[in-house]
Amino acid sequence: MAALRRARRGAGSGLCRTLRALSGKKNEYDLLVIGGGSGGLACAKEAAQFGRKVAVLDYVDPSPQGTTWGLGGTCVNVGCIPKKLMHQAALLGSALKDAHHYGWNIAQPVHHTWSVMAQAVQNYVKSLNWGHRVQLQDKKVKYFNMKGSFSDPHTVRGLTKAGKETIVTADNIVIATGGRPKYPTHIAGALQYGITSDDLFWLKESPGKTLIVGASYVSLECAGFLTGIGLDTAVMMRSIPLRGFDQQMASLVTEHMESYGTKFLKRCFPTKVEKLESNRLQVTWKNTDLGTEETDSFDTVMWAVGRAPDTKTLNLETVGVKTNSETGKIIVDASEATSVPHIYAIGDITEGRPELTPTAIAAGKLLAQRLFGQSSELMDYDSVPTTVFTPLEYGCVGLSEEAAVQCHGSDNIEVFHAYYKPLEFTVAERDATQCYMKMVCLREREQRILGLHFIGPNAGEVIQGFALGINFSLRDVSD
Amino acid sequence: MAALRRARRGAGSGLCRTLRALSGKKNEYDLLVIGGGSGGLACAKEAAQFGRKVAVLDYVDPSPQGTTWGLGGTCVNVGCIPKKLMHQAALLGSALKDAHHYGWNIAQPVHHTWSVMAQAVQNYVKSLNWGHRVQLQDKKVKYFNMKGSFSDPHTVRGLTKAGKETIVTADNIVIATGGRPKYPTHIAGALQYGITSDDLFWLKESPGKTLIVGASYVSLECAGFLTGIGLDTAVMMRSIPLRGFDQQMASLVTEHMESYGTKFLKRCFPTKVEKLESNRLQVTWKNTDLGTEETDSFDTVMWAVGRAPDTKTLNLETVGVKTNSETGKIIVDASEATSVPHIYAIGDITEGRPELTPTAIAAGKLLAQRLFGQSSELMDYDSVPTTVFTPLEYGCVGLSEEAAVQCHGSDNIEVFHAYYKPLEFTVAERDATQCYMKMVCLREREQRILGLHFIGPNAGEVIQGFALGIKCGATYPQLMKTVGIHPTCAEEVTKLHITKRSGLDATVTGC
Repeated sequence: MAALRRARRGAGSGLCRTLRALSGKKNEYDLLVIGGGSGGLACAKEAAQFGRKVAVLDYVDPSPQGTTWGLGGTCVNVGCIPKKLMHQAALLGSALKDAHHYGWNIAQPVHHTWSVMAQAVQNYVKSLNWGHRVQLQDKKVKYFNMKGSFSDPHTVRGLTKAGKETIVTADNIVIATGGRPKYPTHIAGALQYGITSDDLFWLKESPGKTLIVGASYVSLECAGFLTGIGLDTAVMMRSIPLRGFDQQMASLVTEHMESYGTKFLKRCFPTKVEKLESNRLQVTWKNTDLGTEETDSFDTVMWAVGRAPDTKTLNLETVGVKTNSETGKIIVDASEATSVPHIYAIGDITEGRPELTPTAIAAGKLLAQRLFGQSSELMDYDSVPTTVFTPLEYGCVGLSEEAAVQCHGSDNIEVFHAYYKPLEFTVAERDATQCYMKMVCLREREQRILGLHFIGPNAGEVIQGFALGINFSLRDVSD
Repeated sequence: MAALRRARRGAGSGLCRTLRALSGKKNEYDLLVIGGGSGGLACAKEAAQFGRKVAVLDYVDPSPQGTTWGLGGTCVNVGCIPKKLMHQAALLGSALKDAHHYGWNIAQPVHHTWSVMAQAVQNYVKSLNWGHRVQLQDKKVKYFNMKGSFSDPHTVRGLTKAGKETIVTADNIVIATGGRPKYPTHIAGALQYGITSDDLFWLKESPGKTLIVGASYVSLECAGFLTGIGLDTAVMMRSIPLRGFDQQMASLVTEHMESYGTKFLKRCFPTKVEKLESNRLQVTWKNTDLGTEETDSFDTVMWAVGRAPDTKTLNLETVGVKTNSETGKIIVDASEATSVPHIYAIGDITEGRPELTPTAIAAGKLLAQRLFGQSSELMDYDSVPTTVFTPLEYGCVGLSEEAAVQCHGSDNIEVFHAYYKPLEFTVAERDATQCYMKMVCLREREQRILGLHFIGPNAGEVIQGFALGIKCGATYPQLMKTVGIHPTCAEEVTKLHITKRSGLDATVTGC
């Protein structure tokens, strides 16, 4: 398969280049990146470091609710950054409650004003949009605020919002268009009345009493901070929370959220969303445990039922870039190459990769180094550490306990674990019931660490350093 | 020297045991631990796990100001625990200021009541004292609240506060009596009017306007949280801050404290302390830079000029346990053995060891495992991570840049560094000028990491995990392969790429 790919790559690019050479046309850019998010920008800037002529196309289709944003992609505008800032706002709410135990004279309860937070967050994000534009300029990367689609393997047609067209040609093209939240369009009223994470961070007014449908980290993180800033928040889950994560840890996360004040509608799925005269939204759902139909009204309904790759308007079929028939994501090999020579893909758009900013950035940089530097280093997607920023955070690296059991057998693994109490919780009289950590190791002589899971404050800060040691011990053995 | 020791050990213990055997007397305990602190308790409990008969003596001489406390040692009572809790109180003060930027409706400024905090902290510490007593009971370790002194190499005389005497004999004795803050007794009024960290955490009333004399982490951490809870605080330093730590990092720490509101009296040393009619303390000091004499009044003067080993009343000379003539600390070898067979020492009392709870605990456990288990594993004191809990925390593991240069030569090391801004500081409009990290590596092929230094929030949490890899010989390329967790401060460590050598601007942007 790899051999076939290499042969095809050689043939295709040779033919195209020959045609161009014959016609006297050279590709305008060494590299064109479609998508100005975490992966795309990292790739473009790295390529520019090698003195290459690089262009980036970035374009944001407004959400169904009309939300749009600037350069930087999901992470900067509607992901990691605003999420973490709003999570911080919620954490500060807990800090305010702790403070009086520690001697601070504050009257409880303290109220939160959404618009103050939202404006501050939105302004910061805008400063990042600006910062990215300046960085591209500094590194002499050409930026087009245009929606790209393929005309041929080296030609992309860019369309501005106003409909103006620009043709861009490049020797190499990297698709990094990421994904957008899915709408459950089979549910009446879902598209019309619901919002997604694309909209939540840009709301000017408080979302009020909110229902979040979904069991992903997007759902839990958003529900967590909405609860933390004092909003009546419910999460509706059809089955298990945080699919793909260690399930014991996922349960502890949701248990904590319940004690924190988030309502959970477990084993329920919505059937319709209607608008009431009061402008509130009436949601009807089926409770599969009780076999009943239930209903309640909310100010906001947010769908967090997964993300879909943003490939529809790319025109991939025209150039033959193969996608996974089930997920729609672009199929790539270990070097991020697609089925078409000189067309690559990185980030959330790619099949089988983690949907994380740091992996997209790393993959983008390494790709640029392979294309334009002397490198042959491939991106290593194993043991990528990550953290779910729920009110009590969950950080992990390596295998879940289930995966380790599946991989090695329960007799061959040892799980070390501990329930602990953060010192800061003591004086604050905070409940540490779900503060827990476990380490999954092989049982045989060396006792190699397979995975580490930690729930508690600052979980990301805790886990990051361990990833260094756990990773290279894992790599050494697998070499 | 080691051979001599082994010979002596064999001879001495053989002789003593022979004498005892002849007289029909067996030692009452397998292990006696003098000192119920971090090291002592860990050692005792570990030995008890092996089914041994263990006793612990713990006693707290009241401080000159009369402060005393329960079982658990320095860390629990007058160190790590109350320190971190009061540091947390100060951090919450900053959080309160941040909160309105994030949409919380609080009226500023918010005031702090010392007694509420102190009572909560003191109550928590007392619960730990109780917890330790219960643990000893559960593990069947005999606990004596007595002050111990040696009669002979296997006999310790314990004295209660009331003067009641108990003789305890043991096959093995571990000295883990730790240290106490020094008083600069050559300064008039120092002993009479000043307090130390032994007293600060147990004050019932606010210390008010405070002068802390010293440049140690004790001084800076205490000054930091006092400033943070709103007290007028000054630090007086004769020379450099945080001696022994990386000096670039130490400067950033004190710079931050200055912008945070702590006053620094640099290159000054006090000459006398007098009590005023108002009950305030008048401190006179020399400013060595300006060659002037200055004076100011304070409610509290706290000495943080170092700690001295608690050996005076142990009667070490009687049994021949050798101490360092300069520091007074007990000299031990790699197995924590003293110059006397079957007498060991661990923790702050020992010469050349870090004065840290986790090293004392680890050393104590390993010692018990060597004495009573099948182990021969020695404590490894290399690459011990630590953190200074100043308002902006400083965590580190491995060599300082100076030490690396001294060890390997500046041509053979590469220092990667970055000024970064924690995401949470952005909306809060907080100054991140001193948020900085650097990694010192060998330059040659492998690029092994020699040291990592991080200033920022939650520095201890950030550094801890890296200590694993660094202790195992992690290299810069391995670090570069480690994917970051976004958004965190720790991920910036994995992205370090600008070298000091390049002279390039080391300010990094997050996203």
